Amino acid sequence: MRSTLLLISLLFSSTSLLATPLGLPEVPVPADNPQTEAKIALGDKLFHDARFSSTGDISCATCHDAKKGFTDSPLSVSQGIGNLEGTRNAPTVINAAYMKTMFWDGREPDLEGQSAGPFVNPVEMGLKDHNPILDIVRTDPEYVEAFKAVFSKHGDAVTMTEVKKAIASFERTIIAGDSPFDHYYFGGDETAMNESEIRGLQVFLGQGRCVSCHTTNQNTAIFTDNRFHNIGIGFARVTNDVTSIVQAYQHSKKQGEDLDVAVLTKGNVSELGRYVVTDKVTELGAFKTPTVRNVEVTGPYMHDGSLETLEDVVNFYNNGGVVDENDPVDPFTSGGIRPLNLDDQQKADLVNFLKALTSPEFAQSAKK
Amino acid sequence: MTSRRNFIKKAGVLAAGSALPLSVVELSHANTEDNFTFAFISDSHIQQIKGNQFVQNWDRGLQRAVAEANLLDPKPDFIMYGGDIAQIGTAAEIDHGLEIMSALRGKTHYVMGEHDYYLDLGEHWSKRLGDQYYSFDHKGVHFVVLNSIVTTEEWTNKWSSGEERMGVMAGLDDPRGSPFMVGDVQRAWLEKDLKAIDDATPIVVFSHSPLQKLFANWNFWTDDAEQIQAILGRFDNVNVFYGHVHQIQYNQIGNIKFHSAMATAWPWPYPNSYAQATNYMPKLTVPMNRADPFFERDATGWQFIDIHSGKADLQYILPDNDDRKLAYNKDTGRPEDTQYQVKQKASQKHY
Repeated sequence: MRSTLLLISLLFSSTSLLATPLGLPEVPVPADNPQTEAKIALGDKLFHDARFSSTGDISCATCHDAKKGFTDSPLSVSQGIGNLEGTRNAPTVINAAYMKTMFWDGREPDLEGQSAGPFVNPVEMGLKDHNPILDIVRTDPEYVEAFKAVFSKHGDAVTMTEVKKAIASFERTIIAGDSPFDHYYFGGDETAMNESEIRGLQVFLGQGRCVSCHTTNQNTAIFTDNRFHNIGIGFARVTNDVTSIVQAYQHSKKQGEDLDVAVLTKGNVSELGRYVVTDKVTELGAFKTPTVRNVEVTGPYMHDGSLETLEDVVNFYNNGGVVDENDPVDPFTSGGIRPLNLDDQQKADLVNFLKALTSPEFAQSAKK
Repeated sequence: MTSRRNFIKKAGVLAAGSALPLSVVELSHANTEDNFTFAFISDSHIQQIKGNQFVQNWDRGLQRAVAEANLLDPKPDFIMYGGDIAQIGTAAEIDHGLEIMSALRGKTHYVMGEHDYYLDLGEHWSKRLGDQYYSFDHKGVHFVVLNSIVTTEEWTNKWSSGEERMGVMAGLDDPRGSPFMVGDVQRAWLEKDLKAIDDATPIVVFSHSPLQKLFANWNFWTDDAEQIQAILGRFDNVNVFYGHVHQIQYNQIGNIKFHSAMATAWPWPYPNSYAQATNYMPKLTVPMNRADPFFERDATGWQFIDIHSGKADLQYILPDNDDRKLAYNKDTGRPEDTQYQVKQKASQKHY
């Protein structure tokens, strides 16, 4: 076991430039936004600043709380200003740096693009536009100094571009590997996982077919294929009316409705998934494969937070994409989702394996 | 870095052409009220394991095509099924496939495939679906459906059982097989059916096997193709749609444009030609873009077709891949891939 001192240092070292943890590749950093200590610190401050909401009490960290695995666990869908509810479960920021697209539907290509959305979403931070943020960062002495130091810019030259870059830089430091699985699989420590966890890994790689989408590499594992799949969650709510929902959505889109607002305020539009980004019928109800690292601390699960426990998730997949094994499988469900015929021991082992993916810095959260 | 506002603006522009509701392509020279769309689903190969258990992957492919085709807006005027709804042609397979098809909203016409036929010589299929060859008229276009997968009586009757006959015909490269043909009876019927039709009337023919000779070993072949092409030769405007090949093919012979359907079940490759095997495969100009051979729906899908002034534009819907559109090019007078004919996308080479 690791020392408490090390745990604490890991928990609070996110502002420094960390060495890559065991099991993770190097963090991809865009050429136009290199990591610097000062920029990361600035991003950290912006991430936690609740003044960037219409009510003054919601920050990025409200729904991406470090103590809750950078989610708002145990909420199923996020709550923004005035306890307004969105439609989707807060994805963790942990290891988001490795994702090729952002949000459950991948509607933004990178962390920079993602970071500006929630400020102006009516059910998240509720600002009308980004101007209140710019007013603060251009006048608050600490911010003025920091933006000058990081970007050599002040006054009107400070724009959302700099704000987004700083937040993204901070988020690129929130990476976590080094789990018992990493020590067992990549570190060669055969004692790092117990027998049940090792059997669970075999289920994950074999009969459970998890690895088909939660992919691993030779020396690292992000546990996502960065693709979008309709796995049967939520879509049953809209499947009978999908034609009219799609038509209504296309109509309001032509009228200029904001994609961000539409998916978080309209439950039936939310369920269209990746389709609203690509307009491809084959991506109806498809959502991005999330990582399964630290999944023990980020429940509830799925894009709508509709499954409470990891046992529920395993049962859902074991039933072939339905909560109750007698429920009909929706025709839009991906063909890769099929009954797994796992027995109770295999299911328990799989859950234990998933819990072996918890990084040491989140082990404390897991015990709660 | 794309700003989200710009992205939405761009998406809005894109939506006009590529979004559902999917719209019929209207050409300015066309008499637009006669333009229409039909959906085309083919080769589902529904396969029974035992009892009410069927191969799930094939079920899913068909279910998905049906669900997606139901989203077409404006609604297609009708739906064509291109054959091989079953794998070994049992009543259970055909019935199960038709049950999935029954979720389609709209009139459906069916083509006979060899997998539907060779167990009981099409008896159960005909009991459920009626005639094996027929014609109908729709908005000024004359449609003909042929059963192109029959063969000689001698071959048909030489087997000890229907199961044995089906087994031989179901395999590729089986030397005991026999070439498909439309045959004397249907050709005589076809001539009679077309007799009163004016040369200027657009003709659309559906068959399961291509009414052109491509590759004999896999029966990408109809033995009396030349004779049928000759019967169709006098018309200004002929399109032939076929299934069986499980891939996107298009070709033109004389006045006749040929288009294939993708399968909902699995893809076949473009046949390589061995020296020993007869083949007339046209040069491959656009390789199949396989998004991921490990993806269970890779290179399968369905298609819908816009008919305008008798010309056909095909939209191929591929899951987890780029959709493809094949349209009549009025400058060259041929069907062409609208994106890849000029700018080809490299096929994935590492497997």
